[in-house]
Amino acid sequence: MVLKMADKVLMKGNEAIAEAAILAGCRHYFGYPITPQTEIAAYMAKRMPKIGGCFLQAESEIAAINMVYGVAATGKRVMTSSSSPGISLKGEGISYLAGADLPSLIVNVQRGGPGLGGIQPSQSDYFQATKGAAHGDFHMLVLAPASVQEMADLTVKGFELADKYRMTAMVLADGTMGQMMEPVSLDYDVKNTVEKPWATTGTNMEREHNIVNSLFLSPEKLEEENFKRYDRYKLIEENETMYEEYMMDDAEICVSAFGIASRVAKNAINEARAMGIKVGLIRPITLWPFPKAPFKKAGEQVKSIISVELSMGQMIEDIRLASECKVPVTLCNRAGGMIPTPEQVLEAIVNANNGGAK
Amino acid sequence: MIKMDYKRITLLCGHYGSGKTNIAVNMALDLKAKYDKVLIADLDIVNPYFRTKDSIEDLNAAGIKLIASEYAGSNVDIPALPQEMYSLTDDLSAKAIIDVGGDDRGALALGRLSDKIKLENNYEMLLVINKFRPLTPDAESTIEVMAEIENACKIKITGLVNNSNLGYLTTGEDVLNSVEYANEISRLTNLPVVCTTVNETLYNELNGKIENLFPLKLQKKIN
Repeated sequence: MVLKMADKVLMKGNEAIAEAAILAGCRHYFGYPITPQTEIAAYMAKRMPKIGGCFLQAESEIAAINMVYGVAATGKRVMTSSSSPGISLKGEGISYLAGADLPSLIVNVQRGGPGLGGIQPSQSDYFQATKGAAHGDFHMLVLAPASVQEMADLTVKGFELADKYRMTAMVLADGTMGQMMEPVSLDYDVKNTVEKPWATTGTNMEREHNIVNSLFLSPEKLEEENFKRYDRYKLIEENETMYEEYMMDDAEICVSAFGIASRVAKNAINEARAMGIKVGLIRPITLWPFPKAPFKKAGEQVKSIISVELSMGQMIEDIRLASECKVPVTLCNRAGGMIPTPEQVLEAIVNANNGGAK
Repeated sequence: MIKMDYKRITLLCGHYGSGKTNIAVNMALDLKAKYDKVLIADLDIVNPYFRTKDSIEDLNAAGIKLIASEYAGSNVDIPALPQEMYSLTDDLSAKAIIDVGGDDRGALALGRLSDKIKLENNYEMLLVINKFRPLTPDAESTIEVMAEIENACKIKITGLVNNSNLGYLTTGEDVLNSVEYANEISRLTNLPVVCTTVNETLYNELNGKIENLFPLKLQKKIN
């Protein structure tokens, strides 16, 4: 099978992630099935054997993330994917990857929680992805796609950033993004040139052994590693933050949403604009690093900010911090696998415009 | 408007995401215009997200009986089949549409019914194809998927439905360009292209240019 990448194809978000990963040079996928991301594994199972790659269905999510650790230590591009409960299981491995400064890509196609929850779309793993994936001081790069095209684009970007900064990048999608089909074009000039002198590729009897490990016997050394890692995080915050602004120039109300919620929000904003309400959107594309600058500016420009989320309100905390609490920030949400409608968001915009924001 | 020659049972199978469910619902509505008793069965054990049940309001309004697992569209993520599925082969007075799950995995569920369907021998097994899907871009890869499905469900495919589309970006030209793809598969497999399905918004533009054009009313996912 020859896929001509410049041509448009009709893909599910999950398939787009899988094919983009292959194009980015990923030849190792380890995972365990869970709705609504199973098509990633199914696609990899079909494609990897045909291109000399490795697809392995592990016995559990915990096994899969540790296989990712193993391949990452050799410097090869590697990924795993899961949905909310499965990502929780991977937590320990994610922390070990961070402690050993290993690049990897993890995809979370979120579903409603907590617990086993449901299989419908959700954004309630925002806290987990941006703040608390597991124990210890560390961050992941968190990329939030809002279309099938971005599912692919941010997968490629995720691999590149992971290599560049020696850390885990997470594509944080949701069930809608994973399952919906849209036309995409997968035409990339993939950068895969980062030197990895630390990789455990065999000494060839010509150098000292490389050791990949997250255990440090001296607390002084461990502290030093933590400080070094956070210096790198500062660089990332300065250079890699991504967001989209929509109709913010003259906005008096700011709506903020990421992923699928931003598409619902855009529809509502268009309707509100038609009614003469000056409203715009800030859509964070990187959730970590969080785009603080546009919200700081919005705090000085608008009357209020509405956070549209498929959760009980998680990103809203970062918006309050970034806008320095200068204007009210209210929540417009559904939870447990439900999606807000454009009508619900429009109502929130009209309320805010009437000064109803508390 | 195309005159479809429906057998008593019409089965729709294909690669996942090829458009089976949408077409199944549209064919059931088309059938209902000609026959009194129409059943549609959702035997999809693969995808818990997009289900025939999403169209339940349209189906109810038309008086079409939906046979679906009570778990379809719920959070219970298990490959359950409805017990009423046996009425598909037992009630010979009804015309039936069967929406089969994607790929060979989905077609496996048909194994339970395949002997009776073949014994009655009044069925059409249609393979839905879309050249714009990444794993079926040409005749060779599509025929590979077709062989996997036939092998899993033990029923031979009898015809093709060309549903080549690029979602909301689909142009009339895209559909015209897909005709050769469908014809090549037809030549290589000796199977007729039973119809080419298009969004109803493209119907007038393409009517007369493509044989057996079937307009589709797109079904929405409810949540």
